[in-house]
This record gives sequence, C-alpha cells and structure tokens, in this order.
Amino acid sequence: MSPGHELSGRAPATCDFAVVGAGPAGMAAAAQAAALGLDTVLIDEQPAPGGQVYRNVEAVAQARPGALEALGAGYREGLALAARFRASGAGYRPQTAVWAIEENGAPGASLGLLGPRGAETLRARRVAIAAGAMERAVPVPGWTLPGVMTVGAAQTLLKASDLVPGTAPVIAGSGPLVLLYATRLLALGAPIAAILDTAPPGNRGRALARLPGALGQLGGLRQGLGWLRAIKAAGVPYFKQVHQVRALGDGRVEAVAFLSGGWRQRLETRLLLVHEGVVPNHHLAMSADCAMAWDAEGWCWRTRTDPWGATSVETIAVAGDCAHIGGAEAAAHAGRLVALDATRRLGAIDMGTRDRLAGPERRALARLRGLRRFLDALTRPRLEILAPNDDEVMVCRCEEVSVAALRRAVALGCQGPNQAKAFTRCGMGPCQGRLCGLTAAAVIARERGVAMAEVGHQRVRPPLKPLTLGELAGLDGAPGAGASLDDLPAPVDAEGGAPQP
Amino acid sequence: MFVKRQPASGRQTSGDPVSGELGSGETVTIHLDGEPIRAPLGDTLAAVLLARGTVATGATGVTGASAVSGAPRAPYCMIGSCFECLVEIDGLGQRQACLVAVREGMRVRRARGPREPSP
Repeated sequence: MSPGHELSGRAPATCDFAVVGAGPAGMAAAAQAAALGLDTVLIDEQPAPGGQVYRNVEAVAQARPGALEALGAGYREGLALAARFRASGAGYRPQTAVWAIEENGAPGASLGLLGPRGAETLRARRVAIAAGAMERAVPVPGWTLPGVMTVGAAQTLLKASDLVPGTAPVIAGSGPLVLLYATRLLALGAPIAAILDTAPPGNRGRALARLPGALGQLGGLRQGLGWLRAIKAAGVPYFKQVHQVRALGDGRVEAVAFLSGGWRQRLETRLLLVHEGVVPNHHLAMSADCAMAWDAEGWCWRTRTDPWGATSVETIAVAGDCAHIGGAEAAAHAGRLVALDATRRLGAIDMGTRDRLAGPERRALARLRGLRRFLDALTRPRLEILAPNDDEVMVCRCEEVSVAALRRAVALGCQGPNQAKAFTRCGMGPCQGRLCGLTAAAVIARERGVAMAEVGHQRVRPPLKPLTLGELAGLDGAPGAGASLDDLPAPVDAEGGAPQP
Repeated sequence: MFVKRQPASGRQTSGDPVSGELGSGETVTIHLDGEPIRAPLGDTLAAVLLARGTVATGATGVTGASAVSGAPRAPYCMIGSCFECLVEIDGLGQRQACLVAVREGMRVRRARGPREPSP
C-alpha cells in the first residue's frame, strides 16, 4: 500500500513545500520558504531541531549559556538557524520518520510519515531532502563487536546525553572529527588510550594541490593544526601511517591490533572509536529513484542535481551534506538556494527575484568549496577501508555477509550490489544497505575488475523505516488499526465460492 | 562503556567551557527485559543502555544479539543508520533505540538472536 492510497481514513494533509531533515540545510530551507509565503512543513526524526552537527543545540544553549561563546561561531549559528526556523511560521513535525516518498500520479509527491500519531500521508507540491551525512562505514575485522563505534556516535552521546567514555578509548581514523573529538575529551579530562592516524601517505600531496582553493578559509586550517598540537602536548600516544586495524575480543572489543610505520602494535581497550570521513545520506533520494552518479573525488554516490539542487525527479530537490559534503555553513546556504528555487517553481516569486536573493548564497558556497576539497583530499580513506580485501571482514553487518561470500558470489556471476542481494542477502537487512552499500559495490567492482559506475548502486525500496502492519493499516486513521483477522471479508476461491478447508 | 560527565567542580573539566548539567536531573523507571532500572529523563534509550554497560552475558549484547548468528551487538552509529540498536518497546518490535527518548514505565525487550518459529 503506497501513501495516498484511497483506502486511507482521512484525506492526507497537504502543503506546498515539505523539507526532510532539521539540520542546517533543512532549517534554512524551511525558514526561507516560509518567509516567502510557502506553506512549509519541516519533518525530522529527532525531538528538537539541529540535525547531527547542531544536535540538541537549543537545550545546550539553555543549560550552558557559556558554551556558545566557547564552542565558537559555528555553534552560535546553529542556534540562530533554529530560532529563525521557529519564528518563520513553518510547520514542524518532530519525532517523525519519512518511510517513503513517491510521485504517484497526482501533482506533487506523497510522503509516508511515521510519528507519534501513527502512520500518515503528507502531500507536498515540492520536496527538499536535507538528510545530511553519515559516517563512512569502517569495515575492519571485528567491527561488529560491542564496543566498536564511530567517533560521531561518541560525539552524539556527549552532545545529547552528557556521556563520556567510561574507559580510555582508542580512536582510529582520519578527518577533522577525530581531532575535534579527541580535543573535547582532553578538555574534559577524559583519558585517551591512543590516537591512530590512518590517513594514507599520498594524501598530503593531493591535498597540497588543492591548497590554493583553501587559502580563503585559513581559519579552519589553523584550527585543525591547533588541535593536533594540543593532543601531542598532552602526551596522548599518537601513531601515524596506521593500517590493518583489527578489533579483537570475545563478545566485546578487548584490544586493537594494527600496523604503524612497519611495526605491529596491540593496545588493550574496551572502546574503539573509528572514523573515515563522511558520505552523503542519500538513502531517501535513492528510494525515490533520483538518478545518482559516481563521485570519484568524494568516493561515494552523489545525487545528480542542477545548480539549484533539483534532482532527476520532478518534485524532489536535495540540499546540504546529503547532496554534496560541504559542512554545516555550506549546508545553510544550499538550503536557502533550494527554497528559493522551489518558491520560484511554485510561482510565488519570479526568476529575477530568485536570482537576486540567491546571489549572496552562491558566492558564499563558492568561497566554502575550496576548503572542503582540500580536506577531502587530505582525508581520503585507504583502499583497505573502501574495498576490504580480508576474507573474514563483515561487509554486511545485518545479514553477516563477509568479503569471502561476496567473492564466491562474483565467481558465480554476481554483477553488482543488487544481484548480491539475491546471491548473499547482502543489503537485505534492516539497514537496507546504508552501511554496506558502498563497501559491497567496491568489493564487487574490484573482484570483477571494473569501475564503480559499472557495478552501480543498490536499489532501495520503501518502507525506509520499520513500521508494523497495524501502523500501515491504520494509515491516516483508517479503520484498519486494531482490526483482527475476524474483521476481514471471508476468502473466496477461484470460482468465487468459499474454499474448502 | 560510557559514563555521565561530572559537572564542573574542582580541577576536572575546568578546561572545558561546555560544563554543567545538561539534563533536568530527573530520572524515570523503565523495564529492561523485565528488570526495573533508573534512566535519566530525556536520554535516548540507546544512550541509557550504553551507560548501563555492555552486558555480554550469554549471547546478549548491549542492545541484543544478531538475528543471523546470535553474536552480541551494540549501537554503532547513534544516528539511525546502522539499525544495531533495534529493540522491542512496549510490545512493538524493530524500534531504533537511538531515536527514542526514555519514558516512565517503558517496557524494553532486547533481541535474543535468531528466533524459532512458534509451533
């Protein structure tokens, strides 16, 4: 049953502009569209706006007024975005997941929502997906052991729940988030067992080639160097050129083994935090059949868009990190661009007004792009992370499909990650390929000896979030909710008579 | 695996500007596999389970055990992407614990590995 089906109880709610995701791009898009007179709704899974980068920003600002200054202009901007969104008059549906987006004949799109009121349909004339980024999967041996988590997860636990590691963690990875989190732990007086820098040697050269573009954003670079100095000054063990990381333990992580500078190392720890950069969270766009392209620079799939964020699907646009990794500041500008384009397409402003209002946003985006490309080059993960070679590595956590199983599938003729679903169940588990999609495609591409664009990406089918049959039957208050099998009409056989038992 | 950060006092956390209690300090009682436990109001269920510590007794991890092999599992991403935190909440299964805030009286049951079909 798709959203908007005629058997639903109430008429579905409608709006001009539906925005999915309340991070910087979503908050900016919703506020901008509402300011220009569109009937706008912002939908988000969390109970408060902010997304991941500004998670819990309103509560933090209230409880710790001193924090905003110290956390810097970035965090203050998050609070400003939230305030502007709250004041904009846009509708807000927190604690609500989007489990489907479909264009199904009627103008606009239908969104399937699951929130505190149950399952509902929302019809929107245009949709902006601002689902942000997720951390790239780090498929090392043992990564499914309890106690192996992402640095972003640890950051979330700190921001949202005031939790710090109860045991000195080993932090393994590369990218700004590694140093950012380690610096936060140091400031809190929380011990760190070691930092393992997994950046491959070639990165510095590639990054330097992009330095001219980044020079306009020197502040960001200086900040990163400051973090590294502080960590080394604090005496935290710091290993470079780290590769072949393995999580070891029985029932939970107990130690981490790795190679560094030619030496084998093993450190005891009960918490391994990993991070190898971020990739767009394109799951929702993929499920809506938006065309994707392989992005060799960012080493991920990217939604094909025009300069305004519009996708190959007529009513859907994408903005922020889920379209192109660019960081929080760029996301806000991109959100406003998508809103301006939506407002123009829906006829509320003309093209001249749109272009005039868009000018500052486009200039800001161009300025920010330089630093991001520099950082991308500096933190490209090693090939063993992108396309693991070790037979025992679990590519698909949900269905426990290893590299070895994918190798066997390719030998039997499996062509890509979609076929791998049938051969191995890889990608058929609850995460629907969010964590294994890229890795599976990369392993298959390597085994076949072809390019990523040729193996393609997994097809994603709704529902994108688990919902029960009862919730689906009760869509928009339909009487199906709570019904029992006794309430259904009696079954008939092929001739229209009651079947024999 | 994780512990609550101590509020600023003495020398600890003096270097960190983000200090002071975030939550209201209130707690609620939830039922974890039948056992009543206290949990800070406003925390996500996954955060509560992680703060409780890894329960690697038998085949049960922090949030449950793999439906394929029964191997213990725990939250990995905390943003709703990895689905390692699936638990049954108030009779409804497949709920992501990292996206649900704890409520008074919440009944939580964790996965026990592959399930046998009922007779």
